[in-house]
Amino acid sequence: MTNKNMTLNMRNRKLMLRESTTAYLFLLPFLLFFVLFVVVPMISCVYAGFFEAVLGTSEKKFVGFGNYVKMFQDPEFINALWNTIIIVVVSVPVTCAFSLWVASIISKLHVAATSAFRCIFYLPVVTGSVAVTMVWKWIYDYYNGVLNYIGTETGLLEKNINWLGDPKYALGCIILILLTTSVGQPIVLYVSALDNVDKSLVEASEVDGATPMQSFWKIKWPQMMPTTLYVLIITTINSFQCFALIQLLTSGGSNTKTIMYYIYYAAFKDDNLGYGYGSAMGVILAIIIAILSAAQFRAGKEK
Amino acid sequence: MKTKNTLNPSQLRSNIYKWISTVLVSLVAVLFLFPLYWIITGAFKNGVDINSAEPVWWPSEWVMTNFQKLMDRRSSPLFEFTIGNLTFVGPKIPSAILWLINSVVMAVGSMLLTCLTSAMAGYVLAKKKFWGRGIIFGLIVCAMALPKQVILIPLVRQMSSMKMWDTMWAVIFPIVGWPFGVFLLKQFSEGIPTEMVEACRIDGASEWRTFTDVMFPMIKPGVGACAIFTFINAWNDYFMQLIMLTKTENLTIALGIATMQGESSTDFGLLMAGSALASVPIIIIFLIFQKYFTKGITMGAVKG
Repeated sequence: MTNKNMTLNMRNRKLMLRESTTAYLFLLPFLLFFVLFVVVPMISCVYAGFFEAVLGTSEKKFVGFGNYVKMFQDPEFINALWNTIIIVVVSVPVTCAFSLWVASIISKLHVAATSAFRCIFYLPVVTGSVAVTMVWKWIYDYYNGVLNYIGTETGLLEKNINWLGDPKYALGCIILILLTTSVGQPIVLYVSALDNVDKSLVEASEVDGATPMQSFWKIKWPQMMPTTLYVLIITTINSFQCFALIQLLTSGGSNTKTIMYYIYYAAFKDDNLGYGYGSAMGVILAIIIAILSAAQFRAGKEK
Repeated sequence: MKTKNTLNPSQLRSNIYKWISTVLVSLVAVLFLFPLYWIITGAFKNGVDINSAEPVWWPSEWVMTNFQKLMDRRSSPLFEFTIGNLTFVGPKIPSAILWLINSVVMAVGSMLLTCLTSAMAGYVLAKKKFWGRGIIFGLIVCAMALPKQVILIPLVRQMSSMKMWDTMWAVIFPIVGWPFGVFLLKQFSEGIPTEMVEACRIDGASEWRTFTDVMFPMIKPGVGACAIFTFINAWNDYFMQLIMLTKTENLTIALGIATMQGESSTDFGLLMAGSALASVPIIIIFLIFQKYFTKGITMGAVKG
């Protein structure tokens, strides 16, 4: 009996060993890239955060948590953190609500219309941040921008506004562009989530006399919770990393510096701040995002 | 047989609501299309139309001058390499064309490598039980929740010590290493019945044959989604291109246009021509493979 068990065990182990070997052979090409270009940089980011270092030179000075202490005494960093929080707090809820609204309307239309609308709302993502930014720069332009023209013609604006040069408006303008480029994916996700809602429950509720509003919030919304959770997390991650718009439109001027822009600026543009400082800020950004994602995940799971 | 008269008030109300909301969404959709419309028409407008304070909604004449300017602006040799003492220099072509070629090479390279490595990795993660599977998958999910741009900062240093900085490899390899494709194709492979794979193994096919002849054809739609997703992401990954590439002849089209903006920020005709060149090819590809694309987005999200 025990003998038989042992041979079985041995055979299992042998099988497992063989399966593992093949599995790793299949995984090898991916793991090579993953480890070299994702895991190693992740570790070296944490490592570099403990040094005062400048890109392009080999000299570095160990400063322990010095970079982290410096960060929270650096008004520029606090300011960048503040701007980033504003962007996230505005864009995440607006993106989610807007895409849910659009999805709930277009999912009821004819299949072809649904897919056409989905396409249109995804276009700004495909167009790419550079082209999108260029055209918005023109739309916001002081002299021959469309926005100032429409504003003054309709009487909403008294005179032309320097949208991107004025700290009062610049961040808002950037958030508007960010919104147009971030609703595409959530809309696709919500449309498919609405398609997958259990139809019999919806019909049953309608037979029982529920209004469309009631059946939406009481039946469909709870079933779409996983999608909402995912949308919240990806939108948060994306909003925290807002960079291209800032770099191309204002280069951090008009009080629009975000953490990501400041990291880039410290690591590559300003040797007084340096590469180590940039890495340390990167670690903080990653930690903030990780905590928020975990919190959202938790909250979603409890519901 | 319902006529208007038989509609009860609540149905009527919900019908009106439906119409109003559809009109509203259509209006918003027009606003979403406007930037693209403005890029394309702007690229063909003459200088007077571009600079007029009152927007010219439709070009008064369609001209190619903006593209002409873009082409004449800079030129670089098509290729340049050295073997021993000999240096080969290709014919000079407009930099914008070279940037376009670079973008295509970079995006296609990333796409092919990503699809191959992800299909293989996704297959075993979905279908094999092996030591360390949980850890590897956990690592992949964790990495996906990290801000990608932060990881790229230390990568600049690493690339230069690996002698890859300012080459195409510096923008291709990090995309291949990013685990989204693996995640997507693991999800996809899980949908394939395990019996199919096992039957094939019992019939005596090698592991590799099982993968290429049985598994791969079945996950083709997933690979298609992965391909189009990677292609568009690679094409538009501005931050990575910005920190990894510097020499004029190495730039991608997006980065090249962005650099041009730094030099002549108010020539909107020129900038629109550049933007059209950077975005229209990718939009066409998106429209052709749209079906795979939506599938990729939804598959990659299933309860991450």
